[in-house]
Amino acid sequence: MSKKIATREAYGEALLQLGRENLDVVALDADLAKSTKTYDFGQNFPERFFDMGVAEQNMIGTAAGLAAAGKIPFCSSFAIFASGRAFEQVRNSVAYTSVNVKIGASHAGITVGEDGGSHASVEDIAIMRVLPNMTVFVPADAVETAGAVRAAAAINGPVYIRLGRSAVPVLHGEDFQFEPGKAVVLREGLDVTIIATGIMVVAALEAVDQLEAKGIRAGVLDIHTIKPIDVDAIVNAARKTGAVVTAEEHSIIGGLGGAVAEALVEHCPVPLKRVGIPDQFGESGTPAELLEKFGLTPGHIVAAVEEVITRKA
Amino acid sequence: MGEIEELQKKAKEIRKHIIKMLGEAGSGHPGGSLSAADIVTTLYFHELRLDPSRPDWPDRDRFVLSKGHAAPVLYAALAERGFFPVEELMTLRKLGSRLQGHPDMRKLPGVEMSTGSLGQGLAAANGMALAGRLDQRDYRVYVMLGDGELDEGMVWEAAMAAAHYQLDHVVAFVDHNGFQIDGPITEVMSPEPVADKWRAFGWHVININGHDFKQILDALAEAKTVKGKPTMIVAETIKGKGVSFMENQVNWHGVAPKPDEVQRALAELG
Repeated sequence: MSKKIATREAYGEALLQLGRENLDVVALDADLAKSTKTYDFGQNFPERFFDMGVAEQNMIGTAAGLAAAGKIPFCSSFAIFASGRAFEQVRNSVAYTSVNVKIGASHAGITVGEDGGSHASVEDIAIMRVLPNMTVFVPADAVETAGAVRAAAAINGPVYIRLGRSAVPVLHGEDFQFEPGKAVVLREGLDVTIIATGIMVVAALEAVDQLEAKGIRAGVLDIHTIKPIDVDAIVNAARKTGAVVTAEEHSIIGGLGGAVAEALVEHCPVPLKRVGIPDQFGESGTPAELLEKFGLTPGHIVAAVEEVITRKA
Repeated sequence: MGEIEELQKKAKEIRKHIIKMLGEAGSGHPGGSLSAADIVTTLYFHELRLDPSRPDWPDRDRFVLSKGHAAPVLYAALAERGFFPVEELMTLRKLGSRLQGHPDMRKLPGVEMSTGSLGQGLAAANGMALAGRLDQRDYRVYVMLGDGELDEGMVWEAAMAAAHYQLDHVVAFVDHNGFQIDGPITEVMSPEPVADKWRAFGWHVININGHDFKQILDALAEAKTVKGKPTMIVAETIKGKGVSFMENQVNWHGVAPKPDEVQRALAELG
């Protein structure tokens, strides 16, 4: 886990590779190509790259037309704009039509850092997963990101891929198989299961080590696909360990924690604690400072685990 | 019969379908369907390269009805052109119908883009045009916008992009009937001067009377000669055109005719 790569970097590389293999893949950006990492695609395939300027709504609408005419457009912007500014275009021109548009949403969450709360998307998972026809991927590392891009291209329909700005450890080996909709059991546990997504998967693994020292045997379920979510894996983990903590770099409302709560309440009610951004907006700071301030460190997961297991029957 | 007479006759049939289907549905948008009827008729019975037996033919011309609330005029034209049985028009807005309140590309053959949420059709048309260029296909993409729809900011994002990418195979119309739901466009939120705005955005602009078939045909022919920029045809139209008691009456934007009104309208249309 020593090597660190931002998922947006991995996205750019995977998109470039996909562009080489599939001539129907086109890329659109909204004046952020160097940040979203679609720049290399544009340099290599200028005729298949469309910079739409600072106009995210038009980017999404144009992509819908490209898809309706047989192309596989990957639209990229910051998560706040891709999911927020262009929400209704995503809703009506992409999800309602179920056209083959992919959205690469970078700089998600508070680890956007110094740009502050206006740019820190805390709500995008919630508003994308509520859309019918939409698949939502939140890769944890570079390897999952490459798999998500490849899987997105193979899915005939809209896909949202949530990506981060900051470098994160590479968790998986090159032999990792990304299966859409399938949770990955990273650690088997007995006392509690930590269900995590995105950059919080690494934090969950660190928490497991701290918990082990305290005699608590925690499992880790890596949810790279928020929708369709792997209900079976979640319920199986809950049955086995009897308590669940969710961890995500997103509002505790409506994201992974919400999705897991929905699954558990209907199928296997167990004590649940959600680690995530409280019901508030982000602010400026370094990613590390913000993760600490908003309660998204391994230590916060450990504390949540210690609390939740006291509620076990 | 000359082509213009044939188009006039077809437009009359389409207007009668609009009245009948809206009367049967009990809700919907007659005013903006009738104002667009002559242009849509000309597109489907003169201009568009289509094969109703192959609605997904890759080389077909595309038409995007960005003002999706005028769905009845699109449905009537598609049915008359043979995309589906004319009888199906009477299912408009009913549960289970392929004729949704606003056009749904996943339900009805011939509908190129689901529209209805205003401002989104031109961007989709641009995307189709970009795809056609990439694939080296020579199809053209036509769009119809409402004049009230020009309030939407996204229209102007798309206007900028079409000119930037020199989409000379995109031809758009503004159905300039002068009314939006809350009243005359100049009172609610004026988009004027419409033609100057499109010209300033880099488009080739043609002003016509949108009920004069000769002018519609000439404008479409002129658009084919334009290179390097998209064409906007600003069509002066009359909301509710063809039904005297609906003409220029904003209240007929989104209200369906009652049975006696259907009969009066059909009698007028002949």
